[in-house]
Amino acid sequence: MKFVDEFRDAGVINKTADEIRRLADPARHYRFMEVCGGHTHAIYRFGLKDILPDNIELIHGPGCPVCVLPMGRIDDGLALAKDPAVIFTAFGDMMRVPGTQGSPLEHKARGMDVRIVYSPSDALKLARLNPDRHVMFFAIGFETTAPSTALTLLRAKTEGIHNFSVFCNHVTIIPAIRAILDSPDMRLDAFIGPGHVSTVIGCRPYEWIAKDEHKPIAVSGFEPLDILQAIVMVLRQMKAGEAKVENQYKRVVPWEGNRAALRAMGEVFQLRPYFEWRGLGFISQSALRIRDSFAEWDSEQRFQVPGVRVTDPKAAQCGEVLKGVLKPAQCKLFGKECTPEHPTGALMVSSEGSCAAYYNYEHRKATVASLSWPA
Amino acid sequence: MAHGAGGKASRRLVEGLFAPLLFGTNSEPLTDAARVAVNGAQVAITTDSFVVNPLTFPGGSIGELAVNGTINDLAVSGARPEAIVVTFVLEAGLSTTVLEAEVRAMGEAARRAGVRVAGGDTKVVEHGKADRMYVTTTGLGTPLHGVSIDPHSVQLGDKVLLSGPIGDHGITILLARGDLDLEADLRSDTRSVFPLVEAMLQVAAPGIRWMRDPTRGGVATSLNELARDCGRAVHLKEDELPVRDAVRGACELLGLDPLHIANEGQFLSVVSPDYADVALNALHQTPGGEEACMIGEIHEEPAAAVLVTTLYGGSRIVDMLVGDPLPRIC
Amino acid sequence: MCLAIPGKIIEVPVEGATQATVEVVGVRRKVDLGLLTENMPVLGDWVLIHVGFAMSKISEQDALDQMNTLRMLGEAEQAMEEVRGYGVEQE
Repeated sequence: MKFVDEFRDAGVINKTADEIRRLADPARHYRFMEVCGGHTHAIYRFGLKDILPDNIELIHGPGCPVCVLPMGRIDDGLALAKDPAVIFTAFGDMMRVPGTQGSPLEHKARGMDVRIVYSPSDALKLARLNPDRHVMFFAIGFETTAPSTALTLLRAKTEGIHNFSVFCNHVTIIPAIRAILDSPDMRLDAFIGPGHVSTVIGCRPYEWIAKDEHKPIAVSGFEPLDILQAIVMVLRQMKAGEAKVENQYKRVVPWEGNRAALRAMGEVFQLRPYFEWRGLGFISQSALRIRDSFAEWDSEQRFQVPGVRVTDPKAAQCGEVLKGVLKPAQCKLFGKECTPEHPTGALMVSSEGSCAAYYNYEHRKATVASLSWPA
Repeated sequence: MAHGAGGKASRRLVEGLFAPLLFGTNSEPLTDAARVAVNGAQVAITTDSFVVNPLTFPGGSIGELAVNGTINDLAVSGARPEAIVVTFVLEAGLSTTVLEAEVRAMGEAARRAGVRVAGGDTKVVEHGKADRMYVTTTGLGTPLHGVSIDPHSVQLGDKVLLSGPIGDHGITILLARGDLDLEADLRSDTRSVFPLVEAMLQVAAPGIRWMRDPTRGGVATSLNELARDCGRAVHLKEDELPVRDAVRGACELLGLDPLHIANEGQFLSVVSPDYADVALNALHQTPGGEEACMIGEIHEEPAAAVLVTTLYGGSRIVDMLVGDPLPRIC
Repeated sequence: MCLAIPGKIIEVPVEGATQATVEVVGVRRKVDLGLLTENMPVLGDWVLIHVGFAMSKISEQDALDQMNTLRMLGEAEQAMEEVRGYGVEQE
């Protein structure tokens, strides 16, 4: 696979890992946060922790849009689809997320018309093909995904497709990073920046992290060599006493972002004054709602949303794990009441949530002496 | 609903409910086919149900899946498939053309495999009570001499062999459903693996410890079952796993792992090191076995788990599937 | 939020439409180019695909530059070690 295989080349990976070992001061303990759930997933999938020196710790940040969605919002979305005339559509990621009455898949087993879509445009297509039904699209995601929802809504309006609406749960990344840095129990040295969000917002929005917080940040791609190179970049900055924004993912991320995408978002969305993030609490100006000019395509304005707040069980320590204060295995429920099969908290539901990733890929690995390490 | 996908939920249903209540056992490892003594002779017997949407897809249809699936269960249990019986549960309103096509497909698959269809039954249920057609097949076979399939016989250092590329069937079905709007030149790999199994057993029987056909839940589920049953670790080499380009592309696009995707024409075997090369060679020499390969080894740790390792020293645990493999965008 | 894959444009949109056919090692899908109107890709271009939309054009040059940079890692260090080995460096 072009633009994928090259960045998984074992020889170059070994070289880059060697460079990391050369750069990392053995007397220091480094704490780097990778913000994006996709990075969490990649790190576990490629076993990158195995080739990093022990004094480099990767902390998983809150960039998992499924994980930070409060259970009440899932209940709301499912409530909207109770009417048999409604087709509930969502990405596969949402299907096993539990609401208080069960997940979308469980609702499907009980007779609700629930369908997985790969793209919001597929949901709109369903609306075109089923004029006597209403298609509701449960939208999730950060700024990577929001433009696609925006464009879909623009098309729905232009084409006059009225049996379609979006239940909007898009959130924005910068307020989440701010919340992490504002947290008193946080100690971070640098950031591995979210590469795909940056294809939309560019690299400028991270400048305050370098200027005001004095932390290096490298906006990183998702292949092993991307992540390792990003680590090389922040290590070099730290060694030189620098703190700046670097673009590791140059082949894909434009420094200024994607103007067309940002324009589409601006036309369709506006910021909510505040939004509840599971595990982080209420954060102002951190989520998108659909503008009044598109009210007809906004599920929340078109239908009655119950809007019930569901608080998490006190024992679930999702918040601390989300903030990187606790490791998944340190949560009292991990592996016992909370597993990917029966998740108590959302970090266990999404495969990119830190707890699920750790559970699925890592926690049963004892020190495997039989693996041969690169020299 | 998750119970039919193979993997943890199915396993719990079978082990927790069926085994103690019906089979009279809940402590012995479950196998692909059971041995029954009939008039002093040992007979292998197995049964399977087939529910698939759509009924026909590139490379086959439910009829062939049913026949090959049962033949393969017998084959990997170390038995020669002899005969099958078939039952159909049909939804009222199902077109006779469709039904006839499936019956023909089954007959053809059975003929190709040299297996007799000895009988069958049909029931018609109300419209809406069956998803067009459900098929159940029960197969009988003759246990082959000198073959002993037992996960407890698996030793450290044993090799894991795989008959060919993984993920073809599951991805073909996913694409054939049409919801994801993806197109690829892929076909289901449904076929009888008995000729390959037989060829391998002919030269390597004393070294064969265990075999399984990785259907629902994929290679990951079958190897996790083995790891659990023998208490050891299965180490797989990521770079050795045979995956066709289109399967890889679909999996990357949808965020799926080929190790979790169903196969209908492949089998796994664990072979002692002294027989591994000769077993692999036998597969290579048999039509259909050209892409067979060695994908891993049995180790001590991590106990009862499957570990995938990469050339650069990274590793990850691969667990059994929990429910269906779902596409993701995150 | 993050699963995005590189794909090659193998069929361009019809006049007026923004849907192009993209291929990823033999898997084909119609992808919306509506987010790349300021820098429309052409036949043969590679784009990054996320939820059925093209997010960005992929620069082959930048990809090559990156691989070259990484391949050269440690070479400067190796050169230094060789020099040390000759005993040329001062203690």
